[in-house]
Amino acid sequence: MSSIISLSGIQKYYGDYHALRGIDLEIKQGEFFSLLGPSGCGKTTLLRVIAGFEDVSEGVLLLDGADMARVPANKRPTNMVFQSYAIFPHLTVGQNVAFGLRKKGLSKDDMAKAAAEALEMVGLAGYGDRAAHALSGGQRQRVALARALVLKPKVLLLDEPLSALDKKMREQMQGELRRLQRQVGITFILVTHDQEEALIMSDRIAVMFEGEIAQMASPQELYRRPATRRVGEFIGVMNFLEAKQTAASEKTISFDVEGLGAAEIRIDQFPEGARASADVVGLRPEALSILFEGQKSTGRVADATVQDLAYYGDMTYYEVTLEGSSTPVTISMKNLISRPVLERGTKTRVQWDERSLVIFAA
Amino acid sequence: MNWLRVYAIVYLVFLYLPVLLLPIFSFNDATVIAFPLQGFTTQWFKELAGIDALHGALKNSLFIGIVSATLSTILGICAARASTRYRFPFKAPIMGAIMLPLVLPEIIVAVSLLVVLMQLGFSLTSWTVIMGHTLICTPFAIAILSSSFQGLDQSLEEAAVDLGETRWGAFSKIILPLVTPGIVASFLIAFTISMDEFIIAFFLTGADPTLPVYIWSQLRFPKRLPSVMALGTLLIVASLVLLSIAEYFRRRGIRRTGAKDSGGFL
Repeated sequence: MSSIISLSGIQKYYGDYHALRGIDLEIKQGEFFSLLGPSGCGKTTLLRVIAGFEDVSEGVLLLDGADMARVPANKRPTNMVFQSYAIFPHLTVGQNVAFGLRKKGLSKDDMAKAAAEALEMVGLAGYGDRAAHALSGGQRQRVALARALVLKPKVLLLDEPLSALDKKMREQMQGELRRLQRQVGITFILVTHDQEEALIMSDRIAVMFEGEIAQMASPQELYRRPATRRVGEFIGVMNFLEAKQTAASEKTISFDVEGLGAAEIRIDQFPEGARASADVVGLRPEALSILFEGQKSTGRVADATVQDLAYYGDMTYYEVTLEGSSTPVTISMKNLISRPVLERGTKTRVQWDERSLVIFAA
Repeated sequence: MNWLRVYAIVYLVFLYLPVLLLPIFSFNDATVIAFPLQGFTTQWFKELAGIDALHGALKNSLFIGIVSATLSTILGICAARASTRYRFPFKAPIMGAIMLPLVLPEIIVAVSLLVVLMQLGFSLTSWTVIMGHTLICTPFAIAILSSSFQGLDQSLEEAAVDLGETRWGAFSKIILPLVTPGIVASFLIAFTISMDEFIIAFFLTGADPTLPVYIWSQLRFPKRLPSVMALGTLLIVASLVLLSIAEYFRRRGIRRTGAKDSGGFL
C-alpha cells in the first residue's frame, strides 16, 4: 500500500513558540490513523497543517504524492470535521451537506441525490429539510461527517469530533465512525486526547508530546511496549518499579526489581535505547493478579498488602504495596462470582510473570 | 411603599412627562403652549405640509442620515470583525480610541471638527455634517455588530473554506448572512442617531439646515411653536418605529446563530 500522506521534517513556529519540532510521518491509503497527546502537544496544529489552515515554517507535506506547499486549504483533497462541527446555522441540513458540492459542477438533481445518500450513510435519511440549528449534538456531528464525506476526500480529518458528546453517545459514535471508515475506505486522521478512544478506533497511533512524535505504533504495540516511561503513563495505567541491573548478556538483562525480586528480561523485543538506560521497569495492572485463598500459583509470587481499592462492577482495581517496597502498585482483577472483593489492610499474595515486564528508553 | 419604588416612579415621570406633553399640545387648538387645553385639532399637522423650508430640511436630514448610517455601518463591520476575529498589537487602545466618541461631549467634537475643517479650508456642506455624524455613529455600529460577530463560531469560516470556498466566498456566503440582522440593526440605529443629532449638525451645517437645526430655528417664532410640536410628535413616532425594527433584527440574528443574548440597546 502506498502513502497517501507523507510529512518530512515539518517545523512550525508561532513567533518564538516552537509548536511542531520535526515531524516525519507516513500514513497509508485507507488507514485509520490517530494523533494522540495531551492538550498543547501540537496534534491539532499538525492536523491543521495537513488541512492547509496553517502553513509550515519548514518541511515538506505530500498528499497523494503532490506537494501541498502552494495549495490553499480550499483546493486540497482533504475535508475536516471540526470540534464544534461548524454546521452553518442559517442553512438546512441538506444545504449544509450540499455546500461543498456546488463547486463540483453537478446538476441540481445530482447534488440533491448525493446529499441524500450521504445523509443516509450517517443515519440521517430524510433530515434534509430540517433547520440545522435545531439538531442535537450527535446529529450535528453526523451532518458534519456527511458534509465532509460527500466530497469523497482522499483524507478525512477529524478534530476531537467526539469530545462534545456524552459518554454513551461517544461510545456509540466510536463504533459507527470505525464502521463508516471501513465502508468508504477513505483515510481517516483523528486527533484526540482520549487514549482509550485512540486504542479502540485506530489502525495506528502517533503519540505526541511537546511538538514531537514520541512513538508511532499499532494500538497493541503501543500498549504492550511503550517506548518511553511517559508514553507508558499516558496510555492506560502502568506501574513503575525501581530495578537494579545485576547482569547483562547479548539477549537478556537480569534485574533485581523492587518488591518482586530477581527477574530476567529478553531485550531483543525492546528498542535499542531501552537496554542501557533501564533503571526502572513497567508492569501493567493486569500483568499482576491476586492469589485468592486456596488458589495455586502459576508464576512468580510476592507478598503484598491491600492499601486501597476501587470497585467498578465488572472489575476491581486494587492498590497494594509489595513486601519490602513502599511504591503503590495497581492491580486489576475481574470480579467473578467465586472471588471475594478484598478489604483494605488484607494481607495477600500476588502472582506475576517476568515476560510482562517492560523496559524503556530514557 | 418603599423608597426605591417612589424613586423609580418619580424618575420615570421626570423622564417621560415632557415627551408626553409634545403629542398632547400638538393636537391642542391654541397657539399658546399652556394648560388648560383648548380643544382637538389636526391643523398643526396640516400646516407642516405647507412649509417648503421644512421639506428641504427633512430631505437634507434623510440624505445625511442614510449616508452616515451606511458609512458607519461599513466601518463598523470592518472594526467588529477585526476586533472579534484577529489579534494584533495595540488592539485594546485602538478599539478604545474608536469607541471614545461614544462618551466624548458632542460640543467638543463639534467645535474641534469645525476648527479643523476651517483650517483645512473646507466649506460647510451636508458632507461635513456626514463626517461628524459618521464619527459619532460608528461606535454604536461597532457595539451592535460586535455582538453579532462575537456569537459566531470561528470554525464556520474555516469549514466553508475547507469545503472549497475562497476566503471571500466563505465571508459572503456564511458570515454575512449570519450577521445581516446585526447590519440592519446597526444601520437603523445609526440612521436614527443622525436624524436626531443637533449639536454637530448645528456647527457643521452650511446653507441647508438639517431637521433638528430647522426646528431649533423655528423656536424663535411663538406662532410656529404648535407645528414644531406636531413635527416633534412625528419624529418621536418615527424613532420608536425604527428602534423597534432594529431590536427585532438584532434578536432574530441572535436566535438564528443560536447564541446567547448578551444585551442590546432596548
